Amino acid sequence: MSDKKPISSVNDFVVRFANVNGSGSASANEMFARAILRHGVPVSPRNIFPSNIQGLPTWYEVRVTEDGHLGARGGVDMMVAMNPQTWDKDVAGIEPGGYLFYDSTKPMPSTKFRDDITVIGVPLTAITNSTYTDPRQRQLFKNIIYLGALSALLDMDPKLIEQLIGEQYKGKEKLLSSNVHALHLGRDWALQNLKCPTGLRVKKSDKVGDRIFIEGNSAAALGAVYGGATVCAWYPITPSSSVAEAFTAHCKKYRHDPETGKAKYAIVQGEDELASIGIVIGASWNGARAFTATSGPGISLMTEFIGLSYFAEIPAVIMNIQRAGPSTGMPTRTQQCDIIACAYASHGDTKHVLLFPEDPAEAFEFAAAAFDLAERLQTTIFLMLDLDIGMNHRLCRPLKWDDARQYDRGKIMTAEMLDEGRDFGRYLDVDGDGIPYRTYPGTHPTKGSYFTRGTSRDRYARYSEEGSVYADNMQRLMRKFESAQDMVPRPLQANAERPTKYGVIYFGSTSPAMDEAIGLLDVRGHQLDRLRIRAFPFHSSVASFLAEHDFVYVVEQNRDSQLRQLIVNENGIDPVRLVPIVHYDGSPITARFIAKAIGDHQDHLKVTPLRKAVS
Amino acid sequence: MTYIAKPKFHHPGLKKNELGYTHRDYEGKISTLCAGCGHDSITASIIEACYELSIEPHRVAKISGIGCSSKTPDYFLGNSHGFNSVHGRMPSVLTGANLANRDLIYLGVSGDGDSASIGFGQFAHSIRRGVNMTYIVENNGVYGLTKGQFSATADRGSKSKKGVTNTDNAIDLVAIALQLGATFVARSFSGDKTQLVPLIAAAIRHKGASFIDVISPCIAFNNHAGSTKSFDYVREHNDAVNRLDVLVGRDPIAVDYAPGTVQMVEQHDGSRIALRKIDADYDPHDRLGAQTFLARHAAKGQIVTGLLYVDPDADDLHEHLNTVETPLNTLEADTLCPGSAALDKFNASLR
Repeated sequence: MSDKKPISSVNDFVVRFANVNGSGSASANEMFARAILRHGVPVSPRNIFPSNIQGLPTWYEVRVTEDGHLGARGGVDMMVAMNPQTWDKDVAGIEPGGYLFYDSTKPMPSTKFRDDITVIGVPLTAITNSTYTDPRQRQLFKNIIYLGALSALLDMDPKLIEQLIGEQYKGKEKLLSSNVHALHLGRDWALQNLKCPTGLRVKKSDKVGDRIFIEGNSAAALGAVYGGATVCAWYPITPSSSVAEAFTAHCKKYRHDPETGKAKYAIVQGEDELASIGIVIGASWNGARAFTATSGPGISLMTEFIGLSYFAEIPAVIMNIQRAGPSTGMPTRTQQCDIIACAYASHGDTKHVLLFPEDPAEAFEFAAAAFDLAERLQTTIFLMLDLDIGMNHRLCRPLKWDDARQYDRGKIMTAEMLDEGRDFGRYLDVDGDGIPYRTYPGTHPTKGSYFTRGTSRDRYARYSEEGSVYADNMQRLMRKFESAQDMVPRPLQANAERPTKYGVIYFGSTSPAMDEAIGLLDVRGHQLDRLRIRAFPFHSSVASFLAEHDFVYVVEQNRDSQLRQLIVNENGIDPVRLVPIVHYDGSPITARFIAKAIGDHQDHLKVTPLRKAVS
Repeated sequence: MTYIAKPKFHHPGLKKNELGYTHRDYEGKISTLCAGCGHDSITASIIEACYELSIEPHRVAKISGIGCSSKTPDYFLGNSHGFNSVHGRMPSVLTGANLANRDLIYLGVSGDGDSASIGFGQFAHSIRRGVNMTYIVENNGVYGLTKGQFSATADRGSKSKKGVTNTDNAIDLVAIALQLGATFVARSFSGDKTQLVPLIAAAIRHKGASFIDVISPCIAFNNHAGSTKSFDYVREHNDAVNRLDVLVGRDPIAVDYAPGTVQMVEQHDGSRIALRKIDADYDPHDRLGAQTFLARHAAKGQIVTGLLYVDPDADDLHEHLNTVETPLNTLEADTLCPGSAALDKFNASLR
């Protein structure tokens, strides 16, 4: 019945599962993604889910990509349509020549299908109902049955899925065998009744290597464990809650005294974000490494304390797992929309350090580094993730740790130093880097105490409203921020094969889509040098990059091109030369989008000579 | 805002405590509050209590929010670290500080605006969690630094200096603290140091969340006729249920108490509180009884003071969290970091 030739592709396609939230599909879908990884074929899965616990539509998209393109691709080659609510939209979203997999237990009118796709019906409900009587079992095993059917349709090795089931239900023999049984129910039905495989096939390869498959939030939380965080205070908010939950799980595993069973950490679920950051600041003031994890609305609530951290110079680490704003916005959709809100958080003149990891591996590294930076700089460090990195499994290089590494606790004046007669001025710039010494409370019976306050004070922490004293302090804070430039992760530059006057700046979760877009642009004849910014304040190489190119595209996932604003503002450059490329519908940015936006702009730039146009 | 330097010399014959410290060692900068402010009496009481307990001044962390009361930590324990934080947020800052180092003494100083209005939530939640602290509210029913607006503890029907009658119901922080599970709850009056000093001392020695509501008249904006937080009004309506002496270590009981008039309470750390009963029927171990007693007396316009409730065997947040005895702020990479071998294993589990 197809008008269009069915898509034929090995190890390069997108399967999307349309499910109902709360139906237990998530673990089956994740197993599908993992099974493909076990074939040695990279995948990039994404959860597209509503702000809801049960009943609303949810999707899980798996990009199968032998070439290792881990950004979202856009388009769907096979739709596993398990949700009648979204059927029409789901069917409409299939690429011409694509495949529709559905539960054919109830007959559907032909108007519900399309002529240019291959329709694959499997009577999932009939199979489950004839095998299971318990309603919950019916629901859960239905998911495994479709996984089995897909394994046949996509030519997957069932042994690899069985292996995964074996690992998941290790020690739970009954669950293990019943899941394997369900898998084969679906697989056998498909093999006997359908043309297997389809044009979409998974073929064993060796492109995964030693990479790991992990969510950014879990990696960031582990970075906090490795980085020595002992106090975590948080308030539940999507998409950041799983940072604190993962930190709890990691600490249970790694941070209990083997003899006493006591905890070498303290985790408090605050009553709100204000309390969470307050606890972090209190703990950091007292010399512990502390952090909170939150998202946009939480940042808004924390801003008063962030100003205190800046002005009273108290370390703090805030992990911001960004979601689409403003206000409640789209709580379960991704964006990079808090750049300005975090860079200049709080009233008065403030500036804060931001770190932009591109994937879970960097989230781990930067999280650990954030604690060193916070204590070295005695200020708030933002770890800027987003939902796309934070809540999706991402294939990334294995996490690494150097056992020789010690924590940089920053400039701490000890009792010994005080006894030696060292001059202690809490806000005294002794080294010219703008960073003063601090003492921990309880250090010395008679020396080194001071009164911490958000009001202005002199170099010796004495209250003062003298204009010159205030300005002196503000200038030192500026010097300190300048010192931060050389401490934070530097931008990474990758130049085009041929010299070009065009460049592109990007950051964070845009990375995989950007890397892939470079290839697509190359096909269109556009060469671009790339600069991936990894932190704010910007390193001097950002200014050099801008100077070396006529036009620089700034690719980001927000409406107002916030990073571009920050670059323009901080570097004082002509904004015309910085071209915003913005994607902000809440879905992760794709290579196709970037390549089209930049390609079109590049085409416009190719001015046709006037004489030629007239003749 | 201290412009006058406080002279450091003192009389050579000044009494010393067990540690060899004099009163002066517990003092801070010169107060910048109005002359006669009730808060200064509380400051003096804190100094007295710390002196009597022979606390090493630098082992106290004094934390406050914003407001007149929150300025006072600058005026006592000059060798302690102090933190004048954010309006209404002292409890969270103190909670975090306490988590970082369980070995220090945490003194939270707040006011009625700070704790009953902007920080009502933080007040409540720090009490709920059982943070080991002494939480003092210097309660004058008025916003002093912004010149005389009602606070949430101002009684309904009380009059402001400008003659406005308060129509909102008052929050009784003591009643709330009892309901939320504070394990040491007291109320006192800044004008009654003999009651207040031992209450502060007992609260410091208490393990768990101690809360003291100190009625502290604002001399500038809330000390007129019609106010229910004026010196005169509080003196007239003060209904003390008990007075106490705090006995630390092996001190023999110095005072001869008449039989049946004293109840001894031994706290977790071995210190004893000798409660001299005024109201013979009042039982400070009965939380529910205390709540009813307070409500009944409040309805009659009486201000109940004294040690209202104490659970001598209370636990605290560190016990709830099962944290190690060593302060968390002293742990380093060798104990905190799981290392590369654990990481390799972790990586292997994610393939």
